[in-house]
Amino acid sequence: MQTVTLRIKRFNPEQDAKAHFEEYQVEVEGTDRVLDALNQVKWYQDGTLTYRRSCAHGICGSDAMRINGRNRLACKVLMQDLGSKITLEPLMGFKVEKDLLVDMEKFFDAYKSMKPFLINDDTPPAEGERLQSPEERDRFEDTTKCILCAACTTACPVTWTTDLFVGPAAIVNAHRFIFDSRDKGAGERLRILNGGSGVWRCRTVFNCTDACPRGIHVTEAIEQVKRALLFEQV
Amino acid sequence: MGYHRYDAVIVGAGGAGLMAAIQMAGKANVAVVSKLYPPRSHTGAAQGGISASLGNREEDHWEWHMYDTVKGGDYIVDQDAAEILAREAVDAVLELEHMGLPFNRTEEGKIDQRFFGGHTREFGKAPVRRACYAADRTGHMIIQTLYQQGIKHNVNFHDEEHLVDILFTDDGQCCGVVTYEIKTGEFHVLHAKTVLIASGGYGRVFKITSNALAGTGDGIALAYRKGVPLMDMEFYQFHPTGLYKLGILVSEAARGEGGVVRNSNGEAFAERYAPTLKDLAPRDMMSRFIHQEIKEGRGIDGKDYVLLDVSHLDPKVIDEKLPDVTDFARIYLGVEPKNEGIPIQPTAHYAMGGLPTNVDAQVIRDPSSTPVPGLYSAGEAACVSVHGANRLGTNSLVDLVVFGRRAGKHMLETLQTTDWLPLPADADLIAKSEVADLLGREKGESVAEIRKAMQEVMMDKVSVVREAQGLKEAEARIVELRAAYQHVSLQDKGRRYNTELTEALELGCMLDLAETIVHGAANRQESRGAHYREDFQARDDKNWLAHSLTFRTPEGIRIEKKPIVITRFEPKERKY
Repeated sequence: MQTVTLRIKRFNPEQDAKAHFEEYQVEVEGTDRVLDALNQVKWYQDGTLTYRRSCAHGICGSDAMRINGRNRLACKVLMQDLGSKITLEPLMGFKVEKDLLVDMEKFFDAYKSMKPFLINDDTPPAEGERLQSPEERDRFEDTTKCILCAACTTACPVTWTTDLFVGPAAIVNAHRFIFDSRDKGAGERLRILNGGSGVWRCRTVFNCTDACPRGIHVTEAIEQVKRALLFEQV
Repeated sequence: MGYHRYDAVIVGAGGAGLMAAIQMAGKANVAVVSKLYPPRSHTGAAQGGISASLGNREEDHWEWHMYDTVKGGDYIVDQDAAEILAREAVDAVLELEHMGLPFNRTEEGKIDQRFFGGHTREFGKAPVRRACYAADRTGHMIIQTLYQQGIKHNVNFHDEEHLVDILFTDDGQCCGVVTYEIKTGEFHVLHAKTVLIASGGYGRVFKITSNALAGTGDGIALAYRKGVPLMDMEFYQFHPTGLYKLGILVSEAARGEGGVVRNSNGEAFAERYAPTLKDLAPRDMMSRFIHQEIKEGRGIDGKDYVLLDVSHLDPKVIDEKLPDVTDFARIYLGVEPKNEGIPIQPTAHYAMGGLPTNVDAQVIRDPSSTPVPGLYSAGEAACVSVHGANRLGTNSLVDLVVFGRRAGKHMLETLQTTDWLPLPADADLIAKSEVADLLGREKGESVAEIRKAMQEVMMDKVSVVREAQGLKEAEARIVELRAAYQHVSLQDKGRRYNTELTEALELGCMLDLAETIVHGAANRQESRGAHYREDFQARDDKNWLAHSLTFRTPEGIRIEKKPIVITRFEPKERKY
């Protein structure tokens, strides 16, 4: 057990004019998750501290936040990797609703604008599945891993300065269908992504790849979409 | 107060809820309520696979799947429901593929299938490859695919709204729900012709669990408070391979791919207990084997864990078929599964019990299966019962899609011929006064302390192994904690994103459910499936081949038996 200091950015629009930092001391094991430390504060020190969480093991995508300046899931970072004073802040670029919890509506709107569902009006086989080879599936395997946590999108400097970019997560989810051999909506999606809010706003900074808690090669996926537009390589 | 009128309201945006919503979308006005965002639902945490007798890798038949399900449930399964589960699994899995679910594929491009605990060929002769999968994130793919379809079909999503009450007319017909909008603190009355409770399980009742923090059984408990009985609450599954101390699930797929569990002597001990299926014995049994090894001093370093060993597998298999679960071991325990065993212990995983339903997902209210008009349930919240005393691996996902689909279809039919019933006067009164009480108390008990005490006593006395004295102690403790809960006070009195308040509401639900689990376990004086009594070690078909229905009455809890349905398979001794 060791004592660490959590320095948490607090903001409650019901009572605060602006955000401020508060510090909390918690006793933790090195193998505790940041989420465990947050829960300790909420459950035993300050019940007003607010953040999202659910699965607590990196699958549901609820608890993305800035941990010592980097976008991470609070349930996927251990205390032993962070030192004795840890700064926790909400994701950048989205409106802060309360403390570490941000407004996700814009994020889900961008996702939905990609038509994130299989487009194929052909009648599926009466008996059995649509066939797809393991190699065909491999082309989009990586981007199926996305948990919509917004860590990538809010790590992207372009999204900090403009609302006009759909952001990496939306492109990842477009990629998941564009490169699926069963899907016939690549043209529609690529048209959207060729527009003013699409892939050409990407500056290839790689922040998104660094931020992804699922290890998705986000920048590469965006590049593949760019190449699809330039060279029609779908 | 917001008032909304829908044909159908679905509470819970996991696999069952979304599958039902998709059946109705475009044909009826459907709302899906979730206290999270839909893709955060716990269906997404399911790893290993979804079984269907497609026969893509070897011969398989739905009758074999049905038999395994019945035997796996220790014969307390309703066989009419198990037949539907096994037959319709095939269509349901293909429907998921047609919706775009990216299953792993065989060389000829079909859905790939793998081994899973308790799934066999020819009625128990040998393991069979029946589990369709997408790496070790099958649940993730299901929740993503179904959410995508929900978007495509313009389902009305009420995200981050917390269920606080289920509404009934005076004569017991369900007519809507009340929700609390977490963002604003506003109450909403959702007036509906049909309501589906698909709000999932309640693993958070226990200290060590694989379940999300959101797994608190709200929908089940709120229906129970309104007089709906609960079925088979004594049957709660502990998954044998949870990460030590954390409870995070390591999929049975690890053993399906060839992993074994070893004790402190390095012995793969499952073979000693289950000579045919060995490490692929069903979960209730594996959990008891581990419990026994630890009790006899063969836990690692004398502690309460053993090792799941996949180090002998081809590293390519680990990377391609078990990437997520082996990552959990690396991230949370600092263990490299390619070189060393993963510390594991049984973890509270799945509620076989829940709201009793018929095969059309209609909630029923008595031993003769009289439906509660307007009220449906599916998924882990429901008890059809296809899992009986112990669910087989992968059958939860099958249950979600098969019975979620049946729920949606039946609701769609029902709402064509029914009208909105009048809401009770002051429809949101109960919900509002409960919240006002919680916010109004200046001083009192702590939510966290009560919850911790509940989770500890449930783990100590009501988990893998139970006996009368321990259950009595647990009952007394839960009574105390329920009394303490009446005096809970909160620090956050605000309306905006008051998650301290929603945690308190969840605790109230969990305490109700904990009480029914303890009573059910004390009542059933036999051992069957996941319910193991040290003081009644044998299965007793003469007295206990029956479901138990738990009723909440002003005089306290009353438990009645409900007959089970036997069609094809007579109960036999359960050996693997």
